[in-house]
Amino acid sequence: MLDAIPRVRISVTVNGRQYVRELEARTLLVQFLREELNLTGTHIGCDTSYCGACTVMLNGQTVKSCTVFAFQADGGQVLTVEGLAKDGELHPVQQAFSDCHGFQCGYCTPGFLLSSLHLLQEHPTPTEWDIRKGIAGNTCRCTGYQNIFKAIRTVAGGENIGH
Amino acid sequence: MRMYPAAFAYHRAQSYSDAVSQICQLGEDAKFLAGGQSLIPLMKLRLSTPRHLVDLGFIPGTSYIHGNGGLRLGALTRHAAIAASPDVARLSILRDCAAGIADPQVRHMGTIGGSLAEADPTGDWAPVLLATGATVKTLGPNGERSIDIAEFILDAYQTGLQPAELITEIAIPLPPQAGTGHQSRGSARWGGSGGAYIALKRCAPVYASASVAVQLTLSDEATCADARVYLGVLGLTATRVPAAEEVLRSGTIIDKTMEQVRRAVMDIAEPVSDMRGSADYKRQAAGALAKLAVDAALRRARREPVEVSHLYA
Repeated sequence: MLDAIPRVRISVTVNGRQYVRELEARTLLVQFLREELNLTGTHIGCDTSYCGACTVMLNGQTVKSCTVFAFQADGGQVLTVEGLAKDGELHPVQQAFSDCHGFQCGYCTPGFLLSSLHLLQEHPTPTEWDIRKGIAGNTCRCTGYQNIFKAIRTVAGGENIGH
Repeated sequence: MRMYPAAFAYHRAQSYSDAVSQICQLGEDAKFLAGGQSLIPLMKLRLSTPRHLVDLGFIPGTSYIHGNGGLRLGALTRHAAIAASPDVARLSILRDCAAGIADPQVRHMGTIGGSLAEADPTGDWAPVLLATGATVKTLGPNGERSIDIAEFILDAYQTGLQPAELITEIAIPLPPQAGTGHQSRGSARWGGSGGAYIALKRCAPVYASASVAVQLTLSDEATCADARVYLGVLGLTATRVPAAEEVLRSGTIIDKTMEQVRRAVMDIAEPVSDMRGSADYKRQAAGALAKLAVDAALRRARREPVEVSHLYA
């Protein structure tokens, strides 16, 4: 056995703020966010890299934070749902989900917001197929997909989506 | 904090040779970590419990796509980067594969080298790299090696990698005439190549139920000088279908040829029933996918732009 649980020191910028922490090496990114930084907007759904509830952006790309070690984000930039709204104003993607009722229970919503933002950054005027591919890694068990589609389309027709 | 993986010590490699020498010192309980999209789920279930992880993810210069001559892909090139590369567009079959692996989040982290080293029988890369005749470049305690992909993948989860050896690059030869743009449709001189990879999946994040990779080179508009047909997911490793290749090479490709290809694929496939479908369903699916893939490969060899992707059903 190992003499002691090995730890690593990491420095990660989350939603624009830098955090330096010493953690067990086996800490997952989602645990770092939720339990070390108390950023509980990122949810754990299936915990098996399937459902996408834990989706965050790491260096501008969406990842499933239940399947990334925290140390893989060392030196990097993470964006979570808490970083979307600015000065009390919802991000346009959040506003569109709200306007179109793009959620039912809301559990999957933080992950959908990040995947939607990423797909809109890659495809500012997405086709239906771009949207389908873009949110293929996120599952909504309330089956609210139609309104999620509507929300993404609404933003696509709108102004600069920021970030 | 609730911890899923068994405890391990973390080691960050500065270079490939540093990674190899670190893992030599750490011994058998050490593993390399690339993108982690196969290893981390296994570690969370404690099906894999390495005492040491040597992280390749911070080594500079390991993610690249070089398109001079053949394609050379750095081992840590992520699937998403491969899908988006204009160099890869010349070998459509690679793009089909990279763009369809799992979902965007997994493609943003997962790497081609990591996937290949894992040799999961349900992985997407093996049939595609076999169909394109790729070479795997490695570095180990005894130096560098170049291994033909057909000799690299040995069995389910078994590769030709020696202990402490890692993949550094995957090289894919350009098929004859691919991407030169000299031959337009209707040209008297043929010799174009085309390929396609199609997988059938229940939904994006799950493994495929069946997949087919086809790479063809035409000698004229409907005759193949060369053909390679591989099935994915349906056995312990990707399965070559020599009977289908022979049919494709044996004369003008007509509707009957396509039916013969379908039959050849269904004859050789040995799927097992599981949560992804019954054996019969998978065999039928493989036959249908083969027809779709041959059709797409043929049209691409004739310079028709054809979009294919993983099918969800």
